[in-house]
Amino acid sequence: MKGESVREEKRCEILNILSRDGRASAEDIAKQTGRLESEVKDTIAQYEHDGVIKRYNAVIDWEKAGIDKVTAFIDVRVVPARDVGFDAIAGRIARFPEVRSVWLVSGGSDLRVVVEATNLRQLANFVAEKLSTINGVTGTVTHFQLRRYKEDDVLYLEAEGNERLVITP
Amino acid sequence: MIPLKPIAKIASALPVSGIRRFFDIAASMQDVVSLGVGEPDFVTPWSIREAAIYSLERGQTSYTSNWGLIELRRAISEHLERLYQVNYRPEDQILITVGVSEGLDIALRTILDAGDEVLVPEPCYVSYKPCVSLAGGIPIAVETTAEEGFRVNAKQLEAQLTSRTKAILLGYPSNPTGATMPRALMEEIVRFAEANGLYILSDEIYDRLTYEGEHTCVPSIKGAYARTILFNGFSKAYAMTGWRIGYICAPSNILATIMKIHSYTMLCAPITGQKAAIEALKGSEPQVQDMVEQYSQRRRVIVNGFNQIGLECHMPAGAFYAFPSIVSTGLTSEEFAERLLYEQHVALVPGTAFGAGGANHVRCSYATSIDKIEIALARIKCFVDKLKTESN
Repeated sequence: MKGESVREEKRCEILNILSRDGRASAEDIAKQTGRLESEVKDTIAQYEHDGVIKRYNAVIDWEKAGIDKVTAFIDVRVVPARDVGFDAIAGRIARFPEVRSVWLVSGGSDLRVVVEATNLRQLANFVAEKLSTINGVTGTVTHFQLRRYKEDDVLYLEAEGNERLVITP
Repeated sequence: MIPLKPIAKIASALPVSGIRRFFDIAASMQDVVSLGVGEPDFVTPWSIREAAIYSLERGQTSYTSNWGLIELRRAISEHLERLYQVNYRPEDQILITVGVSEGLDIALRTILDAGDEVLVPEPCYVSYKPCVSLAGGIPIAVETTAEEGFRVNAKQLEAQLTSRTKAILLGYPSNPTGATMPRALMEEIVRFAEANGLYILSDEIYDRLTYEGEHTCVPSIKGAYARTILFNGFSKAYAMTGWRIGYICAPSNILATIMKIHSYTMLCAPITGQKAAIEALKGSEPQVQDMVEQYSQRRRVIVNGFNQIGLECHMPAGAFYAFPSIVSTGLTSEEFAERLLYEQHVALVPGTAFGAGGANHVRCSYATSIDKIEIALARIKCFVDKLKTESN
């Protein structure tokens, strides 16, 4: 039982490292965790196969890259369908490429949808023509993103300074 | 005119820290990669900083009780009970100090009379011996070696025992060696202290940074409690070095006297730091775990790196220091550190700065990012390879 939990902890350690740095190589991870490189490779391959690791992507500051994007958070009220509940309609919304995320949420609305577009008109068109017209959607409230402070664990604030002395006891 | 009288002999005789000179050189250089830093590279977790900001917003800017905030002492009491099953009453067995540094100073001043000897296993933290001297005592170095994993044992202590011996000053996990103490070995030391009526001063500031095995909390050992003064604080586990909050736990009869000195010299630890420390104990365990996991990963990278370069290095089980031997280079640790700094711009600390047993070793802090560790290792390899070709 104890061996099992130690193994679980070590597996989790690999995920922790990859969640901080998706480009960490099996060799690096092996060095850091004290395991064999082949074992790390196998574990990662298994994660990928099982869909535990969905994909590896860069977190990009598009604004800094000079590329315009408009993001909106849309609260959607829907009528759940018999047998499939919210799943069918959520799936229909999720498949649009403009849609970054879809969650079923508690509270005043049913689905929270994050939509990204290159400009305001494109986004407005998506809401008016695609989203609102889906059968079962009874209402939408759109919130435009004005400024981003933190996303995917990355701060978009002034760098935090911790000026350590070069040598201390 | 009569010339000014000299300053105190004890103070003027204190050696300048061996770290100082390297600091001055390193500070004058660009692009130094430093393995010389004895503090976490993490910033204090936000929840802790936020709690401190909130306390300032509410205007909590006064003195606290000399003992420190009772809420903090209660939290520390519960924390030690949970981790090590040791019981300290918040009311009169826990004192909040300005870091372990203050704690050590006032505890030594409490127990030592002039000429009393304190056994100090070395290599050890740079302040131990000066603090003993300043308290009027005589520090007696007990050398430990790499072969024993830099762990002291009762026999070595016994060999230095005299009628003036009053206390043993221990610091495990160790700065600079990263050594930890297995319980069985510590039990023998406690037996030795019992047999000779000695106090044990145990600086356990690195307790949470134990990567292999369990940390041995000295007062949890049978027979230790009544003679042990325990020191700990928030600097290392919670990345709170700049807040200066530590604490002493001791039997109330001893602590009452320590507290007198504290009340006259320090009055109390800063309230903002104490408020932050309460939050650290209440809500930072996940962040602590996360930092410990990362330190342990860096530890493996740096130790394997040194061994590959040909600088023999044992795997430290605690703290955040690797202590490789540089004997294969033929240089003294001072020469090694100085030339490495000038030639490759990597800062580390020669082992001699930490006393006997430190010769032929250097202290390398891995409280820095993996990227920087890799750069430092590459530069050290360059340096060592060059030394080899020079000697051929």
